[in-house]
Amino acid sequence: MNFDFSDEQKQMRDEARKFLSEQCPPKAVRAVLDGKAAYDKSLWKGLAEMGFLGVAIPEKFGGAGAGHLELCVIAEEMGRALAPVPFSSTVYLAAEAILIAGSDAQKQKWLPKIASGEAIGTLALFEGKGNPSPKAIKLTANGGALNGVKKPVPDGAIADFAVVAARTGSGSRESDISLFIVDLKAEGVEVKELTNIDPTRGQAEITFKDAKAEPLGAAGEGWGVITQVLDRAAVLMAFEQVGGADRALEMGRDYALDRIAFGRPIGSFQAVKHMLADMYVSATLARSNSYYGAWALSTNAGELPEAAAAARISATQAFQHCAKNNIQVHGGMGFTWEFDCHMYYRRANAVAVGLGSLSYWEDALIDRMRKKNAA
Amino acid sequence: MNFDDTPQEAAFRAEAKAWIAANAPKQYEDELRKASLGRVQLKGANILEVAKAWQKRKADAGWACLHWPKEYGGRGSSPIERVIWQQEEGPFGQLSRMFIIGHGMCGPTMMAFAREEHKRTFLPPLASGEKVWCQLFSEPAGGSDVAGLRTRAEKDGDDWVINGQKIWTSGAHYSDYGILLTRTDPTVPKHKGLTMFFLDMKSPGVEVRPIKQASGASDFNEVYFTNVRIPDHQRLGEVGDGWNVSLTTLMNERSAIGAAVSTGFPELFEYCSSLMLEDGPAIEDRAVRSKLANWAVKASGLKYTSMRAISALSKGERPGPENSIGKLVAGSMIQDVATYALDLQGAAGGLNGPEEAEVAGKFQAMLLRAPGTRVEGGTDEIMRNIIAERVLGLPGDIRVDKDVPFNKIPTKGRS
Repeated sequence: MNFDFSDEQKQMRDEARKFLSEQCPPKAVRAVLDGKAAYDKSLWKGLAEMGFLGVAIPEKFGGAGAGHLELCVIAEEMGRALAPVPFSSTVYLAAEAILIAGSDAQKQKWLPKIASGEAIGTLALFEGKGNPSPKAIKLTANGGALNGVKKPVPDGAIADFAVVAARTGSGSRESDISLFIVDLKAEGVEVKELTNIDPTRGQAEITFKDAKAEPLGAAGEGWGVITQVLDRAAVLMAFEQVGGADRALEMGRDYALDRIAFGRPIGSFQAVKHMLADMYVSATLARSNSYYGAWALSTNAGELPEAAAAARISATQAFQHCAKNNIQVHGGMGFTWEFDCHMYYRRANAVAVGLGSLSYWEDALIDRMRKKNAA
Repeated sequence: MNFDDTPQEAAFRAEAKAWIAANAPKQYEDELRKASLGRVQLKGANILEVAKAWQKRKADAGWACLHWPKEYGGRGSSPIERVIWQQEEGPFGQLSRMFIIGHGMCGPTMMAFAREEHKRTFLPPLASGEKVWCQLFSEPAGGSDVAGLRTRAEKDGDDWVINGQKIWTSGAHYSDYGILLTRTDPTVPKHKGLTMFFLDMKSPGVEVRPIKQASGASDFNEVYFTNVRIPDHQRLGEVGDGWNVSLTTLMNERSAIGAAVSTGFPELFEYCSSLMLEDGPAIEDRAVRSKLANWAVKASGLKYTSMRAISALSKGERPGPENSIGKLVAGSMIQDVATYALDLQGAAGGLNGPEEAEVAGKFQAMLLRAPGTRVEGGTDEIMRNIIAERVLGLPGDIRVDKDVPFNKIPTKGRS
């Protein structure tokens, strides 16, 4: 049994960590947080140069052709560094949707641009509040023209193109949903930036008025693709969350060792020690669940749907738990704008709902476990 | 990343599988598979005898205590082979429960500190299950603070004379031997005045009294020592070095890697899959599903944490500290799971008889046994301290009694 990343993959993780610690220190995250830029353009360019954007894109489409395990270790580092770039929307959502459902021509058109950092992509799925559901999709597609409003769309304000889920049938079944690729710079597309709890990962509202769209995959098969994309993204995002949780835990641990109160390091008080121990427990459970998700993703195993849901739930809980208790360990200073704790808290809670919230994934997990047991 | 065996591992697994298929007591497989916390029973058979017979059979064929050296009754296997054996032994591993303390703690301590002739005499019958061992550490005044123990050992000629009381001794009532931690010098700080021995549990002056637990069952005992004589050659380690010897015993927790911990989740999921509530199947109820999902990811998280440790063993590496979370997570989880199962049963959740209770009272038994899992082998609080100190590197607790002679340490909280 070798339920671990290979030495080469670990080396890639180390390279990514080194690169990000140099190119994406907290002050780079803060620049985006403070609204000085919509995202870190030089970091984005650097990630492309390192080959990280196309790590799971086949070589014939301009990528490194490594694989999803390599993408997982990079995702972990992106989460750890809170990288303020449209990585998850472009790489986990748009690229994966095209890899799953795109024609050769579509792959040729978009994937090299993603790998080189020329094109930012996203998935326009949600229409207001609620979790992923074919019933919630009202945006229509008629004769290749889209009409409707999508929000929130992750990194929608900076994206060049979007994979859009649209209603092509008259009912609310899965088979009434189809996917399209839309050039967001084209006519009939109006983009409005939205304020959200984590400004380092922007959200937008996109209005389509007779916008020209190109089908992605077969008509009526959109929902199946969405489900697959969300499963893959759930695993990849779980690694970001695991990276973020680990960093929040380390920050709390380090502060507990440094900060003296009542004449002792606060990390010598059991109330604080036990809180940090519990953070370690949740981070460890999340890491292990995510590894299983990574295995299922990389082998395209039948276990992926269940593994993805478990990784998603566990990693979401761990990041939220570690981020909030990191602030608690820091006490009053943790609640200042100046300390970095809130950046992790914001990110943890923003990504917790971004791919569908916990209640959605809990439901999905139980459905999938039942299906497995019935089989 | 894969779950595949190496060729050597696969060959070992095939050999183990074939031997188990040909030799295991199949007639008990169903009952052992259904065993859950607080309940391992065999109808019409004495589980102790069945367990001993299985252990002897394994020993005769060279499958007992796999990681022990051959000359002491083991197989000389690698750590990963021991894990593979456990996986293949599956439900029959339940029969090893009564040997866990002896094989996991007493044996390794004997191996590290006993005289060679004692090792050759005592270890093979321990490995084969012919002799059962217990561990006599905890006392009424020394639980989490085990170094606060008071059982005295006083030198008298070539013997030591033991007086005092131990508690929470698993299996003392069927044990043949035990390892015993005593105080030999109360005038020095508590960790420095301890000495370890092994003894025959049938020695004159040893009295074993079962404890009736909160669950009603009796798995543990009090053991009283009245002028019990132990020859000096049964001392393990130097006089006054008992604390370090006991750490060797406790460090052998590593042998727990790969052993499945009970979380109660598979039982609850199965129960909810068939349970009908007023509005339909429980498994379709929104609130039930949310609870199940949260426990599901804890159970799977533990499973894959254990697989990461096994992978390290497979590569010949030392597993990381992540395995230390198992007992902490599983202990409180099984309690919560059992509590919730009763909640789902409504007022009938209080019924406990095998005839009238749901699923023969499985969750009621689990609930009543669960508090013990959060205390035995290190309380939740001690486990959190261990993680905080050894994994995260946080400072140790302030110990006001550390440098005080043992006989000057206060013994009462309120005076």
